[in-house]
Amino acid sequence: MSVAPSAIDGVLAVVAAWLAIGLAGLAAPRNFRFVAGFLFPVSALLGIALAALALAALPHAPEALLLPIGLPNLPFHLRLDPLSAFFLVVLGLASAGITIFAGGYFRPGEGTAPGIMGLQYHVFLAAMAMVMLADDAYAFMVAWEAMALSSFFLVTTNHRIAEIQRAGFLYLLIAHVGAIAILLCFGVLQANTGDYTFANMRAQHLTPFWASAGFLLAFFGFGAKAGILPLHVWLPEAHPAAPSPVSALMSGVMLKTAIYGMARVCFDLLGTPLWWWGVVALVVGLATALFGAVFAAAQVDMKRLLAYSSIENIGLVVVALGLAIVFTGYHMLPLAALAMTAMLYHCVNHAMFKSLLFLATGSVLHATSERSLGKLGGLMRWMPWVAGTALVGVIASAGLPPSNGFVSEWLLLQSFLFTGELPNPYLRMLVPVFAAGVVLVAALAGYVMVKFFGVIFLGQPREEKLAQARDAGWLERLGLVWLTVLCVLLGLFPVEVMEAIDPIPAALLGRGLLQGGRIADAFLLAPVNPARASYSPLLIAVAALAIAALVFVLVRRFYHGRTRRAAPWGCGYPWQTARMQDTAEGFGQPIRQIFEPLFLMKRELPTAFDAHPRYRVSIEDPAWRWLYLPVAWATETCSRLVGLLQRGRIAIYLLYSFLTLLALLFLTQA
Amino acid sequence: MNLEGVLAQIAAMLVALVGGPLLAGWVNVCRAWLQNRTAPPLTQPLRALHKLFWKESVMAHGASPMYRIAPYVVFSCMLLASMIIPTLSTNLPLAPAADAIALVGLFALARLFISLAAMDVGTAFGTLGARREMLVGFLAEPAFLMVLFTASLISSSTSLATIVSSLAHREFAVLPSLAFAGVAFTMVSLAENARIPVDNPATHLELTMIHEALLLEYSGRHLALMEWAASLKLFAYSCAGLALFLPWGVAEANDRRALAFALPVLAAKLAAGGFALALIETILAKMRIFRVPEFLATAFLLGVLALLVHQLLGA
Repeated sequence: MSVAPSAIDGVLAVVAAWLAIGLAGLAAPRNFRFVAGFLFPVSALLGIALAALALAALPHAPEALLLPIGLPNLPFHLRLDPLSAFFLVVLGLASAGITIFAGGYFRPGEGTAPGIMGLQYHVFLAAMAMVMLADDAYAFMVAWEAMALSSFFLVTTNHRIAEIQRAGFLYLLIAHVGAIAILLCFGVLQANTGDYTFANMRAQHLTPFWASAGFLLAFFGFGAKAGILPLHVWLPEAHPAAPSPVSALMSGVMLKTAIYGMARVCFDLLGTPLWWWGVVALVVGLATALFGAVFAAAQVDMKRLLAYSSIENIGLVVVALGLAIVFTGYHMLPLAALAMTAMLYHCVNHAMFKSLLFLATGSVLHATSERSLGKLGGLMRWMPWVAGTALVGVIASAGLPPSNGFVSEWLLLQSFLFTGELPNPYLRMLVPVFAAGVVLVAALAGYVMVKFFGVIFLGQPREEKLAQARDAGWLERLGLVWLTVLCVLLGLFPVEVMEAIDPIPAALLGRGLLQGGRIADAFLLAPVNPARASYSPLLIAVAALAIAALVFVLVRRFYHGRTRRAAPWGCGYPWQTARMQDTAEGFGQPIRQIFEPLFLMKRELPTAFDAHPRYRVSIEDPAWRWLYLPVAWATETCSRLVGLLQRGRIAIYLLYSFLTLLALLFLTQA
Repeated sequence: MNLEGVLAQIAAMLVALVGGPLLAGWVNVCRAWLQNRTAPPLTQPLRALHKLFWKESVMAHGASPMYRIAPYVVFSCMLLASMIIPTLSTNLPLAPAADAIALVGLFALARLFISLAAMDVGTAFGTLGARREMLVGFLAEPAFLMVLFTASLISSSTSLATIVSSLAHREFAVLPSLAFAGVAFTMVSLAENARIPVDNPATHLELTMIHEALLLEYSGRHLALMEWAASLKLFAYSCAGLALFLPWGVAEANDRRALAFALPVLAAKLAAGGFALALIETILAKMRIFRVPEFLATAFLLGVLALLVHQLLGA
């Protein structure tokens, strides 16, 4: 049955058009006005078209298509079902804002020529769309690798800087470790039939052992892309290295392709998941979220801070995934649908607000050429557009009502509160502890966001040159405003969003949250029933605005609105400079102190008698010391031992051959 | 939504607006009695607000629009929070808009704005206050949610109105989980309302202040709104505590007689709660700021313990 026969063709047309735009940029790679001023805006329109097409296709039955490209007898199987349509909507909406911003962002004479960058950028977009569409392992891996490679080139746009080369290499390495695991996972899922289409994988019934092996491989492989603990190390390196629109695209959308992959394997290809997979996801997800939040609070580089915040959000998404798996494993489908809705909702929210924040850091970076929080401050005065839109992103990222970030956190906490009905007593006992962890993460996110916004945009400028900062250009503003508006809409109309998401749990679990019906009251979000729990962001926002406006009018009416400007009071201390404000290190100090065991911290404190006092704190990611360095050491040692064999003299190699021959002869004799 | 509901909602709002400053005044009166001082009049906070509204607002040179917006946002968050909590009646028209989780979210939104406003002028004390406020907040918020979750699991709902009516109609018994939650709640509300032993509402000593450091640059009407919001927060926290631990006497219908009965009951409960707060503040000493995380972590753990006790023993 194909209700909208043209949907998948339309999506493919957008993909083809993106590739064409990328190639068109090659025609005039140095013509800045053509690439940035014409091609990127057109590509942004295509993003909106993609979102509209996918949104229209979301409620309908899956459509399949065979694309005869690639190797002989190995065509691309494509399929557009609710899950892929949802992630295509996320891709389209986020990329529209990011691309239009990118049109105004890139400056002549920076890194790669604009035309070549445009090609990489659009291959990246097209590859992400193909990942969502792929319906066999071959097409999936081709798209997945195209995505990894194109993003690697984008990360290393300023490839002459050694630090960026290192970040790019690390990213490529971990992407490929993950890709190997995904490949192995598909190998397990096809169950020795030799048929690598997803349709065949769906039809297989694996034994619990092999199904678990498949899940663990997928969790590891996609986790490497998502940045779960301990595979997160590339994120804080690659994000500061990449240009800001690329960071936004990677953090906002590419991380979601990994979540898409996990959901696809767990709920679609593997059939019914086992409950303990969910526990694995819950534990790893919560650890990732807590780690990300704590480390974000200690960062002093604004993009690195956002990268850790992305790790935290991915952790929350994985927690929701784990909860959905646990509920599905116990056949508690309505609750599984609730947890899955929370997961998907958080995916789209994070795509919007994190892209918005990354873009805002891009504007700040261009206006000040500073990435270090310790050298910023007071930018709200000179960059009101960027500051205003970033404030919305900050509120959403902190998960506060009435923003979109709060809705998904609310849904997640609601699904935690239902776990009392689980049959397993140990799980029942563990779940409150998990809920406590999630709440702690949400509260820490607030801390991080106050630090982010307060240090960059508020206070006095910490450097004199900041007074010359100029606000974003009009294309950049358009991108920022687009994402801001989406954040606000996603926050104020959760009922509509959830109704749009509902076909996905209905397709994957066999039961949606709404069961085809509408939520009775369009303004009140009550996933179970209003007596159990309800939330209405629109009502809260309207009431709060009404109160604020009323108070404003009443104060003016009965009292006065007189204001005088004077020097700040500051407890009467006469000499106060911008250096006396909290730095980023200072603001993160309480967190560093409370969570000290988590950090590997080196501190150099000056004494009162130092002639040249120096203060230095460096924080190291414990994953490096406890995991990566030992693995690197072991690999190096092994290869050095193997290297002992290589003597570079033909006589010795002949000796090896002779000895091998002798050994083989001996073996065959025995 | 009917007319009676709207009237009850307006009544709840007015009770909060007047009750907040009166409660703060009552705590001051009790504290003065306990410390053998002559007490200020009960209405002193209301008079102070009136005075502040008349005064000119002095703004620092570098203050951005954030500084002017924040008092209005903080005030409307706090007023909204105290309108959502079932103070007089469990049948308020605004109550379905926010459940227990959204209530904590509203408090957190206010905290975000008050901290950002404190960082806005860029003085050393403002940022210091913002950092400390966020430190208290990020530990107190989860602890408060744990308390609310315990009550939510007992009454299998996160809607505050349902929690109150189901707790009020339950057979009276001291549940161990609620006892843990009660201790946790007391600790959290002391911290959140800038009370001894976490903060001292009467101090301007640079090294110890949290709440006052946030408001240091405010004056005139902006300060009045911030102070009013602080007293509304005290009122909202007290009412939330009463709703969870002393849920009896809240009207379930919006007719006038029930509301007229609920008001003196609320006043009596608040008076008792205010006296208890003054007693705590009199017999405890303020602790060092480095001790605050331990204090709040204890509250958080007690909250988790309450949840675990409920899950394991069903009590």
